[in-house]
Amino acid sequence: MIDTLFDKRLLARRMARCAQGIGEHDFLLRRAGDDIAERLGAISRDFPLALDLGAHHGVVGRAISQSGRVRETVCADPCMALLRRCADLRVACDAEFLPFARASLDLVVSGLDLHLANDLPGALVQICRVLKPDGLFLAAVLGGQTLRELRDAFMTAESELEGGASPRVIPFADIRDYGALLQRAGFALPVADSDKFEVTYATPFDLMHEIRSMGAANMLVARARKPLRRATLLRAAEIYADRFSTDTGRVSATFEIIHLSGWAPHESQPKPLAPGSARARLADALGAKEYKTGEPAGPKKRP
Amino acid sequence: MSDTTDKAGSAENRVDPKLLEILVCPVTKGTLEYDRDNQELISREAGLAYPIRDGIPIMLPDEARKLDDA
Repeated sequence: MIDTLFDKRLLARRMARCAQGIGEHDFLLRRAGDDIAERLGAISRDFPLALDLGAHHGVVGRAISQSGRVRETVCADPCMALLRRCADLRVACDAEFLPFARASLDLVVSGLDLHLANDLPGALVQICRVLKPDGLFLAAVLGGQTLRELRDAFMTAESELEGGASPRVIPFADIRDYGALLQRAGFALPVADSDKFEVTYATPFDLMHEIRSMGAANMLVARARKPLRRATLLRAAEIYADRFSTDTGRVSATFEIIHLSGWAPHESQPKPLAPGSARARLADALGAKEYKTGEPAGPKKRP
Repeated sequence: MSDTTDKAGSAENRVDPKLLEILVCPVTKGTLEYDRDNQELISREAGLAYPIRDGIPIMLPDEARKLDDA
Protein backbone atom coordinates (compact mmCIF):
# COMPACT_ATOMS: atom_id res chain seq x y z
CA MET A 1 0.00 0.00 0.00
CA ILE A 2 1.30 3.43 -0.92
CA ASP A 3 1.51 6.09 1.79
CA THR A 4 -1.38 8.47 1.49
CA LEU A 5 -0.14 11.94 0.72
CA PHE A 6 -3.33 13.90 0.22
CA ASP A 7 -6.37 13.99 2.47
CA LYS A 8 -9.12 13.45 -0.13
CA ARG A 9 -11.99 13.91 2.30
CA LEU A 10 -10.63 17.28 3.35
CA LEU A 11 -10.15 18.18 -0.31
CA ALA A 12 -13.75 17.20 -1.10
CA ARG A 13 -15.07 19.38 1.76
CA ARG A 14 -12.95 22.31 0.57
CA MET A 15 -14.05 21.97 -3.05
CA ALA A 16 -17.71 21.80 -2.03
CA ARG A 17 -17.24 25.00 -0.04
CA CYS A 18 -15.45 26.76 -2.91
CA ALA A 19 -17.74 25.55 -5.69
CA GLN A 20 -19.90 28.69 -5.80
CA GLY A 21 -17.14 31.27 -6.01
CA ILE A 22 -14.55 29.27 -7.92
CA GLY A 23 -15.40 31.02 -11.19
CA GLU A 24 -13.65 34.15 -9.90
CA HIS A 25 -10.46 32.27 -9.08
CA ASP A 26 -10.06 29.93 -12.02
CA PHE A 27 -7.40 31.74 -14.05
CA LEU A 28 -5.02 28.77 -13.80
CA LEU A 29 -7.69 26.35 -14.95
CA ARG A 30 -8.69 28.61 -17.85
CA ARG A 31 -5.07 28.92 -18.92
CA ALA A 32 -4.70 25.12 -18.76
CA GLY A 33 -7.98 24.59 -20.65
CA ASP A 34 -7.10 27.02 -23.44
CA ASP A 35 -3.74 25.35 -23.85
CA ILE A 36 -5.28 21.86 -23.97
CA ALA A 37 -7.84 23.03 -26.56
CA GLU A 38 -5.11 24.57 -28.66
CA ARG A 39 -3.08 21.37 -28.61
CA LEU A 40 -6.18 19.43 -29.56
CA GLY A 41 -6.95 21.81 -32.42
CA ALA A 42 -3.51 21.15 -33.87
CA ILE A 43 -4.29 17.45 -34.31
CA SER A 44 -6.06 16.73 -37.57
CA ARG A 45 -8.59 14.15 -36.47
CA ASP A 46 -11.82 14.02 -34.48
CA PHE A 47 -12.37 12.60 -31.01
CA PRO A 48 -16.11 11.81 -30.80
CA LEU A 49 -16.31 10.90 -27.10
CA ALA A 50 -14.12 12.69 -24.56
CA LEU A 51 -13.71 12.50 -20.80
CA ASP A 52 -12.85 15.57 -18.74
CA LEU A 53 -11.29 14.05 -15.64
CA GLY A 54 -11.32 16.32 -12.60
CA ALA A 55 -13.71 18.58 -14.46
CA HIS A 56 -14.02 21.24 -11.71
CA HIS A 57 -16.82 23.51 -12.97
CA GLY A 58 -16.44 22.47 -16.60
CA VAL A 59 -13.79 24.92 -17.81
CA VAL A 60 -11.60 22.44 -19.70
CA GLY A 61 -14.62 20.52 -21.03
CA ARG A 62 -16.06 23.71 -22.51
CA ALA A 63 -12.70 24.63 -24.04
CA ILE A 64 -12.35 21.29 -25.84
CA SER A 65 -15.97 21.43 -27.05
CA GLN A 66 -15.18 24.75 -28.69
CA SER A 67 -12.17 23.23 -30.46
CA GLY A 68 -14.61 21.48 -32.81
CA ARG A 69 -12.75 18.18 -32.45
CA VAL A 70 -15.05 16.67 -29.84
CA ARG A 71 -18.72 15.67 -30.22
CA GLU A 72 -19.54 14.77 -26.63
CA THR A 73 -17.79 15.20 -23.29
CA VAL A 74 -18.27 13.27 -20.08
CA CYS A 75 -17.49 15.52 -17.12
CA ALA A 76 -16.12 13.57 -14.16
CA ASP A 77 -15.36 14.99 -10.73
CA PRO A 78 -15.80 13.68 -7.19
CA CYS A 79 -17.46 16.94 -6.10
CA MET A 80 -21.22 17.10 -6.78
CA ALA A 81 -21.40 20.85 -6.18
CA LEU A 82 -18.90 21.36 -8.99
CA LEU A 83 -20.46 18.74 -11.28
CA ARG A 84 -23.82 20.46 -11.13
CA ARG A 85 -22.16 23.42 -12.84
CA CYS A 86 -20.90 21.24 -15.72
CA ALA A 87 -22.75 20.65 -18.96
CA ASP A 88 -23.01 17.49 -21.03
CA LEU A 89 -22.77 14.03 -19.51
CA ARG A 90 -21.80 13.92 -15.85
CA VAL A 91 -20.37 11.25 -13.56
CA ALA A 92 -19.14 11.59 -9.99
CA CYS A 93 -15.93 9.61 -9.69
CA ASP A 94 -12.37 9.63 -8.41
CA ALA A 95 -9.47 9.73 -10.87
CA GLU A 96 -7.92 6.83 -8.99
CA PHE A 97 -11.01 4.59 -9.40
CA LEU A 98 -12.15 5.14 -12.95
CA PRO A 99 -15.63 3.70 -13.68
CA PHE A 100 -15.24 3.49 -17.45
CA ALA A 101 -15.02 0.38 -19.61
CA ARG A 102 -11.78 -0.59 -21.31
CA ALA A 103 -11.31 1.11 -24.69
CA SER A 104 -14.49 3.21 -24.37
CA LEU A 105 -13.19 6.76 -24.89
CA ASP A 106 -11.45 8.60 -27.74
CA LEU A 107 -9.92 11.33 -25.62
CA VAL A 108 -9.17 11.96 -21.95
CA VAL A 109 -8.33 15.48 -20.82
CA SER A 110 -7.59 16.57 -17.28
CA GLY A 111 -7.03 20.08 -15.96
CA LEU A 112 -5.11 20.64 -12.72
CA ASP A 113 -6.30 17.53 -10.96
CA LEU A 114 -3.83 14.68 -11.30
CA HIS A 115 -1.09 16.34 -9.22
CA LEU A 116 -3.40 15.57 -6.29
CA ALA A 117 -3.54 11.83 -6.98
CA ASN A 118 -2.21 9.67 -4.15
CA ASP A 119 -1.45 6.93 -6.66
CA LEU A 120 -0.55 8.74 -9.86
CA PRO A 121 1.01 5.72 -11.64
CA GLY A 122 -2.20 3.76 -10.94
CA ALA A 123 -4.39 6.59 -12.26
CA LEU A 124 -2.31 6.85 -15.47
CA VAL A 125 -2.53 3.09 -16.08
CA GLN A 126 -6.32 3.28 -15.73
CA ILE A 127 -6.53 6.25 -18.10
CA CYS A 128 -4.49 4.37 -20.70
CA ARG A 129 -6.87 1.41 -20.34
CA VAL A 130 -10.11 3.35 -20.86
CA LEU A 131 -8.77 4.93 -24.05
CA LYS A 132 -9.48 3.28 -27.39
CA PRO A 133 -6.37 2.27 -29.33
CA ASP A 134 -4.85 5.47 -30.73
CA GLY A 135 -6.88 7.48 -28.21
CA LEU A 136 -5.29 10.63 -26.83
CA PHE A 137 -4.55 11.77 -23.28
CA LEU A 138 -3.91 15.48 -22.65
CA ALA A 139 -3.44 16.70 -19.11
CA ALA A 140 -2.25 19.77 -17.27
CA VAL A 141 -0.85 19.39 -13.76
CA LEU A 142 0.91 21.77 -11.40
CA GLY A 143 4.69 21.34 -11.48
CA GLY A 144 7.51 21.62 -8.94
CA GLN A 145 8.15 25.34 -9.37
CA THR A 146 4.62 26.24 -8.31
CA LEU A 147 4.47 28.52 -5.25
CA ARG A 148 8.18 28.10 -4.54
CA GLU A 149 8.26 31.58 -3.00
CA LEU A 150 5.47 30.77 -0.54
CA ARG A 151 7.13 27.49 0.42
CA ASP A 152 10.38 29.35 0.99
CA ALA A 153 8.74 32.09 3.10
CA PHE A 154 6.88 29.63 5.34
CA MET A 155 9.94 27.45 5.80
CA THR A 156 12.05 30.38 6.92
CA ALA A 157 9.37 31.87 9.16
CA GLU A 158 8.62 28.54 10.83
CA SER A 159 12.21 27.61 11.47
CA GLU A 160 12.80 31.07 12.94
CA LEU A 161 9.77 31.13 15.23
CA GLU A 162 8.74 27.51 15.81
CA GLY A 163 12.12 25.80 15.72
CA GLY A 164 11.14 23.54 12.83
CA ALA A 165 9.20 23.55 9.59
CA SER A 166 6.08 21.61 8.63
CA PRO A 167 4.92 21.19 5.03
CA ARG A 168 2.69 24.19 4.33
CA VAL A 169 2.71 23.99 0.54
CA ILE A 170 1.98 20.64 -1.08
CA PRO A 171 4.82 19.01 -3.06
CA PHE A 172 4.56 18.96 -6.84
CA ALA A 173 6.37 16.45 -9.03
CA ASP A 174 9.00 17.47 -11.57
CA ILE A 175 8.54 17.40 -15.31
CA ARG A 176 11.01 14.50 -15.71
CA ASP A 177 9.04 12.35 -13.28
CA TYR A 178 5.86 12.91 -15.27
CA GLY A 179 7.50 11.94 -18.56
CA ALA A 180 8.80 8.71 -17.03
CA LEU A 181 5.44 7.89 -15.44
CA LEU A 182 3.59 8.33 -18.74
CA GLN A 183 5.91 5.85 -20.38
CA ARG A 184 5.62 3.38 -17.52
CA ALA A 185 1.83 3.57 -17.69
CA GLY A 186 1.96 2.30 -21.27
CA PHE A 187 1.44 5.49 -23.26
CA ALA A 188 3.04 5.74 -26.69
CA LEU A 189 4.83 8.93 -27.78
CA PRO A 190 4.77 10.48 -24.27
CA VAL A 191 5.58 14.17 -24.00
CA ALA A 192 5.80 16.48 -20.99
CA ASP A 193 6.49 20.19 -21.30
CA SER A 194 6.36 23.06 -18.90
CA ASP A 195 4.57 26.42 -18.92
CA LYS A 196 6.11 28.57 -16.18
CA PHE A 197 4.87 32.06 -15.43
CA GLU A 198 4.66 34.65 -12.69
CA VAL A 199 1.56 36.26 -11.28
CA THR A 200 1.68 39.35 -9.11
CA TYR A 201 -0.48 40.14 -6.10
CA ALA A 202 -0.83 43.29 -4.03
CA THR A 203 0.26 41.43 -0.86
CA PRO A 204 1.15 37.87 0.16
CA PHE A 205 -2.27 37.69 1.86
CA ASP A 206 -4.02 38.22 -1.48
CA LEU A 207 -2.07 35.29 -2.87
CA MET A 208 -3.04 33.08 0.08
CA HIS A 209 -6.67 34.16 -0.25
CA GLU A 210 -6.68 33.18 -3.91
CA ILE A 211 -5.17 29.76 -3.18
CA ARG A 212 -7.86 29.12 -0.57
CA SER A 213 -10.59 30.27 -2.96
CA MET A 214 -9.38 27.74 -5.52
CA GLY A 215 -9.89 25.05 -2.90
CA ALA A 216 -6.17 24.48 -3.11
CA ALA A 217 -5.07 25.18 0.45
CA ASN A 218 -2.84 22.59 2.11
CA MET A 219 -4.53 19.18 2.15
CA LEU A 220 -1.51 17.08 3.01
CA VAL A 221 -2.09 14.22 5.39
CA ALA A 222 1.21 15.24 7.02
CA ARG A 223 0.16 18.87 7.45
CA ALA A 224 0.54 20.40 10.89
CA ARG A 225 -2.80 19.88 12.64
CA LYS A 226 -2.38 22.86 14.94
CA PRO A 227 -3.46 26.10 13.33
CA LEU A 228 -0.81 28.41 11.99
CA ARG A 229 0.12 30.97 14.61
CA ARG A 230 -0.58 34.56 13.73
CA ALA A 231 3.01 35.60 14.44
CA THR A 232 4.34 32.93 12.08
CA LEU A 233 1.91 33.94 9.36
CA LEU A 234 2.86 37.60 9.66
CA ARG A 235 6.57 36.76 9.64
CA ALA A 236 6.09 34.59 6.53
CA ALA A 237 4.30 37.45 4.79
CA GLU A 238 7.09 39.81 5.80
CA ILE A 239 9.76 37.45 4.41
CA TYR A 240 7.71 36.99 1.24
CA ALA A 241 7.39 40.73 0.64
CA ASP A 242 11.07 41.15 1.43
CA ARG A 243 12.37 38.54 -0.96
CA PHE A 244 9.85 38.43 -3.77
CA SER A 245 8.70 41.99 -4.42
CA THR A 246 8.42 43.49 -7.87
CA ASP A 247 9.55 47.01 -8.82
CA THR A 248 5.97 48.22 -8.57
CA GLY A 249 5.67 47.13 -4.93
CA ARG A 250 3.62 44.02 -5.56
CA VAL A 251 4.72 40.45 -4.76
CA SER A 252 5.19 37.82 -7.40
CA ALA A 253 4.31 34.13 -7.31
CA THR A 254 5.54 31.44 -9.68
CA PHE A 255 3.15 28.91 -11.16
CA GLU A 256 4.24 26.01 -13.33
CA ILE A 257 1.73 24.09 -15.41
CA ILE A 258 3.13 20.85 -16.81
CA HIS A 259 1.37 19.60 -19.92
CA LEU A 260 1.32 15.88 -20.50
CA SER A 261 0.35 14.07 -23.65
CA GLY A 262 0.40 10.43 -24.63
CA TRP A 263 -1.41 8.06 -26.96
CA ALA A 264 -2.95 4.69 -26.25
CA PRO A 265 -0.80 2.30 -28.27
CA HIS A 266 -1.88 1.44 -31.81
CA GLU A 267 -0.05 -0.29 -34.64
CA SER A 268 -0.24 2.79 -36.87
CA GLN A 269 2.06 4.72 -34.54
CA PRO A 270 5.77 5.09 -35.25
CA LYS A 271 7.84 2.58 -33.28
CA PRO A 272 11.54 1.81 -33.11
CA LEU A 273 12.53 -1.16 -35.28
CA ALA A 274 13.50 -4.42 -33.63
CA PRO A 275 17.25 -4.79 -33.10
CA GLY A 276 18.90 -6.60 -35.99
CA SER A 277 16.12 -5.74 -38.47
CA ALA A 278 18.12 -3.10 -40.38
CA ARG A 279 18.27 -3.53 -44.16
CA ALA A 280 21.19 -1.19 -44.82
CA ARG A 281 24.52 -1.01 -43.07
CA LEU A 282 25.12 2.00 -40.87
CA ALA A 283 28.74 2.08 -42.08
CA ASP A 284 27.53 2.48 -45.69
CA ALA A 285 25.17 5.30 -44.78
CA LEU A 286 28.00 7.11 -43.01
CA GLY A 287 30.58 6.25 -45.64
CA ALA A 288 32.81 4.85 -42.89
CA LYS A 289 34.86 1.73 -42.52
CA GLU A 290 33.19 -0.96 -40.41
CA TYR A 291 35.17 -2.63 -37.64
CA LYS A 292 34.30 -6.02 -36.20
CA THR A 293 33.28 -6.25 -32.56
CA GLY A 294 36.29 -6.27 -30.31
CA GLU A 295 38.51 -4.54 -32.82
CA PRO A 296 39.63 -1.08 -31.63
CA ALA A 297 37.75 1.53 -33.67
CA GLY A 298 40.34 4.31 -33.56
CA PRO A 299 43.23 4.65 -35.99
CA LYS A 300 45.87 1.99 -35.37
CA LYS A 301 48.82 3.28 -33.40
CA ARG A 302 52.00 3.41 -35.38
CA PRO A 303 54.83 1.51 -33.82
CA MET B 1 -41.73 12.20 -5.38
CA SER B 2 -43.11 9.17 -3.55
CA ASP B 3 -43.92 7.24 -6.70
CA THR B 4 -40.83 5.42 -7.87
CA THR B 5 -41.85 5.15 -11.52
CA ASP B 6 -42.42 8.88 -11.52
CA LYS B 7 -38.99 9.42 -9.99
CA ALA B 8 -37.26 7.19 -12.51
CA GLY B 9 -39.26 8.49 -15.42
CA SER B 10 -38.70 12.19 -15.00
CA ALA B 11 -36.28 13.62 -17.50
CA GLU B 12 -34.19 15.18 -14.78
CA ASN B 13 -33.43 11.87 -13.15
CA ARG B 14 -32.80 9.81 -16.22
CA VAL B 15 -29.26 8.67 -16.89
CA ASP B 16 -28.11 9.21 -20.42
CA PRO B 17 -28.02 5.81 -22.16
CA LYS B 18 -24.63 6.68 -23.57
CA LEU B 19 -23.25 6.80 -20.03
CA LEU B 20 -24.79 3.43 -19.17
CA GLU B 21 -22.97 1.96 -22.15
CA ILE B 22 -19.50 2.93 -20.94
CA LEU B 23 -19.81 2.77 -17.14
CA VAL B 24 -18.31 -0.13 -15.19
CA CYS B 25 -17.75 -0.75 -11.48
CA PRO B 26 -14.78 1.43 -10.42
CA VAL B 27 -13.60 -1.30 -8.02
CA THR B 28 -13.90 -4.50 -10.08
CA LYS B 29 -14.18 -2.94 -13.58
CA GLY B 30 -17.04 -5.43 -14.05
CA THR B 31 -20.44 -4.79 -15.62
CA LEU B 32 -23.24 -2.95 -13.82
CA GLU B 33 -26.97 -3.60 -13.62
CA TYR B 34 -29.21 -0.59 -13.94
CA ASP B 35 -31.99 -0.64 -11.34
CA ARG B 36 -34.42 1.84 -12.84
CA ASP B 37 -36.87 1.83 -9.93
CA ASN B 38 -34.32 2.52 -7.24
CA GLN B 39 -32.07 4.60 -9.43
CA GLU B 40 -28.98 2.58 -8.65
CA LEU B 41 -26.20 0.94 -10.61
CA ILE B 42 -25.46 -2.42 -9.09
CA SER B 43 -22.11 -4.20 -9.10
CA ARG B 44 -22.79 -7.78 -7.95
CA GLU B 45 -19.09 -8.66 -7.85
CA ALA B 46 -18.24 -5.78 -5.54
CA GLY B 47 -21.52 -6.10 -3.64
CA LEU B 48 -22.15 -2.39 -4.06
CA ALA B 49 -25.01 -0.29 -5.38
CA TYR B 50 -23.99 3.11 -6.73
CA PRO B 51 -26.69 5.76 -6.37
CA ILE B 52 -27.89 8.03 -9.17
CA ARG B 53 -28.79 11.55 -8.06
CA ASP B 54 -30.37 14.06 -10.44
CA GLY B 55 -29.31 11.84 -13.32
CA ILE B 56 -25.67 11.84 -12.18
CA PRO B 57 -24.24 8.39 -11.37
CA ILE B 58 -22.20 8.60 -8.18
CA MET B 59 -19.44 6.09 -8.90
CA LEU B 60 -17.65 6.60 -5.57
CA PRO B 61 -17.15 3.39 -3.55
CA ASP B 62 -17.43 5.43 -0.33
CA GLU B 63 -20.94 6.58 -1.23
CA ALA B 64 -22.23 3.25 -2.51
CA ARG B 65 -24.76 1.11 -0.62
CA LYS B 66 -23.53 -2.33 0.46
CA LEU B 67 -25.70 -5.10 -0.93
CA ASP B 68 -27.28 -7.32 1.75
CA ASP B 69 -26.64 -10.60 -0.02
CA ALA B 70 -22.99 -9.83 -0.67
